[in-house]
Amino acid sequence: MSLINAILEQLLNGLRTGSIYALIALGYTMVYGIAKMINFAHGDIIMVGAYTLYVCVSLLHLHPILAVVITILVCALLGVVIEKIAYKPLRQAPPLAVLITAIGVSYLLQNLALLIFKATPIPFASIIKVPSIKIGGVHVSGLTIVTLIVTTISMILLTLFINKTKAGRAMRAVSEDKGAAELMGVNVNQTISITFAVGSALAAVAGVLFIAQYETLLPTLGALPGIKAFVAAVLGGIGSIPGAMLGGLILGIIESLAKAYISTQLSDAIVFSVLVIVLLVKPSGLLGKMKIEKV
Amino acid sequence: MGVLLEVKNLGISFGGLRAVDGLNMTINEGALVGLIGPNGAGKTTAFNMLTGVYRPTDGTIMLDGKSLVGKKPAEICQEGVARTFQNIRLFTQMSVLDNVKAALHNSIKYNLATSFLHLPAYFAKEKEMDEEALKILKIFELDSFADTNASNLPYGKQRKLEIARALATNPKLLLLDEPAAGMNPNETKELMDTIELIRKEFKVTILLIEHDMKLVSGICEYLYVLNFGTELAHGTPSEVLNDPRVVKAYLGE
Amino acid sequence: MKIDKKIIVNALIALVVYAAVMGLVKGGVLSRQMMSLITPVCVYVMMSVSLSLVVGFLGELSLGHAAFMSIGAYTGCLFLIATKDILPVLVSLLLAVFIGGVAAALLGVIIGIPVLRLKGDYLAIVTLGFGEIIKSVFNSLKITGGAKGLSKIPLVATYKNFTFVFILMLLVILLVSHLVNSRHGRAVCAIRDNYIAAEAVGIPVSRYKILAFVIAAFMAGMAGVIYGANLGILKPANFDYNASIEILVMVVLGGMGSIKGSIIAAVILTLLPELLRGASDYRMLIYAIALIAMMLFNNSSFKRNLTEKRNLQQAEKLSKEV
Repeated sequence: MSLINAILEQLLNGLRTGSIYALIALGYTMVYGIAKMINFAHGDIIMVGAYTLYVCVSLLHLHPILAVVITILVCALLGVVIEKIAYKPLRQAPPLAVLITAIGVSYLLQNLALLIFKATPIPFASIIKVPSIKIGGVHVSGLTIVTLIVTTISMILLTLFINKTKAGRAMRAVSEDKGAAELMGVNVNQTISITFAVGSALAAVAGVLFIAQYETLLPTLGALPGIKAFVAAVLGGIGSIPGAMLGGLILGIIESLAKAYISTQLSDAIVFSVLVIVLLVKPSGLLGKMKIEKV
Repeated sequence: MGVLLEVKNLGISFGGLRAVDGLNMTINEGALVGLIGPNGAGKTTAFNMLTGVYRPTDGTIMLDGKSLVGKKPAEICQEGVARTFQNIRLFTQMSVLDNVKAALHNSIKYNLATSFLHLPAYFAKEKEMDEEALKILKIFELDSFADTNASNLPYGKQRKLEIARALATNPKLLLLDEPAAGMNPNETKELMDTIELIRKEFKVTILLIEHDMKLVSGICEYLYVLNFGTELAHGTPSEVLNDPRVVKAYLGE
Repeated sequence: MKIDKKIIVNALIALVVYAAVMGLVKGGVLSRQMMSLITPVCVYVMMSVSLSLVVGFLGELSLGHAAFMSIGAYTGCLFLIATKDILPVLVSLLLAVFIGGVAAALLGVIIGIPVLRLKGDYLAIVTLGFGEIIKSVFNSLKITGGAKGLSKIPLVATYKNFTFVFILMLLVILLVSHLVNSRHGRAVCAIRDNYIAAEAVGIPVSRYKILAFVIAAFMAGMAGVIYGANLGILKPANFDYNASIEILVMVVLGGMGSIKGSIIAAVILTLLPELLRGASDYRMLIYAIALIAMMLFNNSSFKRNLTEKRNLQQAEKLSKEV
């Protein structure tokens, strides 16, 4: 296999992981834009999604498509419930309190999963069974094809939702100026709920794709992709939706190349150095706007 | 009396928006000057440039012949510019006394080892701080609230505490951003007396932003008027307030 | 004088605690299990008091406190192993504690400088990521024994050396409580309450943020050395995310900004799980719920009404006096 083909394959791998990161990063960025908080529990929604899929497919023997739909609904509902119970009472509270609560929620989800499913990893074969293809000597796995198609469709749907629907317009309005949006008759509470629902639904899709790649269930499986997706969101500019997509893809490619050509063990460290470098050089990210603070 | 603050051609852009453009001000030592103008005229933005919160895109700011442009807020404070904020910003979880003592940070110092070990210098310097802080609080009749949590003070007293805290940094120039905002006429009257008192006790130059014209014309000696980020007029209160351009800017045609 | 009385009371408490523990150990009243908990209690008191400096007083969230502990633990314990036949025990331990602290503080500087300049919640994420990286580094390094752990550490900080451990813990408590009641501590609290106003009164915000963060890292590093010299073996898994959260729970339950609270919470939360072995499955779950419940309660209207009532009473008392 030629070097170019090898690099192309790594790039494709990077795009696959990156598009999953992008889906997760969208949830971070949307919630940040609208509620001005980092939803620490977002990564664990992926984990809940993966376990829900497992329960539906392996224990209840449902049809995979139905299982995916149920997974998405469960996660969306969970996102809304978390917001209502844990975050909503803290809208006026200092950011530190919100952050600690979010960590509490994340920790709660992980430990609930630990209690229910125990710490032993559960093997879970991929539900995506598409044969791989070869394009001009480059081997493309079925999983990569499905992942890329699904994430592209999700992103197109999200963009349409945000730009063409009333709810999407309300979301943009609330993230621009909550007070003004409220005065213009936007139902802020409902809009925040919708944002959490949409973000969590995207995380569920990411969870399905992620577990198809990872094939092992662990209560902490959402933590690392969650953090990396957060890095992606910061890289792209937190609060910016195209930024999250771009950041996710770039981060996936960086990680995949680092794994292949530098060191598997250091790849996580490299991803984090990306975060530190971005924070040092351009804290507003690639596509983010620098917010001017009112004094 | 010499010139304390000299602002020349000061301007700032946020993206495409020109928030302040070509602002010139000359303020003499010991003066009490007002900066007025309709909402959104760029008054607070000008304050933010003077105190280093924003970095101006062009122009110069000279305090006592020293340039302030490019300095950080903490450095500008050490150069002798102190301020209050439109929306009160106190150290809410700290006592009234500690609010003022925090502002004495640079005037009464001891090193980190003294802090860690509470060496004899700690007690001496802390005593000095307590005395200094109480002296300032007494002037504002806040000394009896020294141990109260700052956030528990009534509104008017919170404004006073903010001014007291600013004065504790021993400034040459004091910037007051809408000190009378949210006050009733009685409180405003009291505030005017307080400002007079400050001038007498602290020998400080004051620049204030205010919408209350009674206060402005009552105590300011000189006024600068901003409108849409540019300087519309300047002069004594009677000159400025009778200027048809100023009237037009405030009331429309 | 008011202050003197407080000092005497605190010194008395420390003495009584010391004498009681010493008496229990010498009297042979304690079970082996309880004896083995003596040092960990001191270690976690140091950890929670130092983290309280960052979370309670600076108002920043660090999720990598256990990672700083691990840096100190590994460097200090490697030093202990290397010098065990060369130096007298006490000298070796003292130097190890210092070296561990310095190593952790250095990493604190490296992380703190880029991150603490920024506003917002970045510190939490970066320290969390940092913790994961450190863990994977210790897992892969040969000198630290990889995942199997660093073993054969001289057991020089067990209950037999309680005096040393206790003095070190007192020192940490004393230094932190002195600091927060000083010019530097006031600057740190001012930044927590309103960093824009803090800047405006001449406090260099970034410098003090880094100062508090690095001091906390130094103390965590010291605590790490003691931890290692008590167990005799260090594993990267001992210092994972869960460990950092556990310390955070101590600070939060102790009441953020209260050193006394952090100490009490650390003692209880270290002893409790060992005493209630049966509930260990639910321990982490309870921690998670405790975190959420504490935050919701602190910001609830119920709590607000309570404090308002208290303030009103205070104000009435004050107006009667004046």
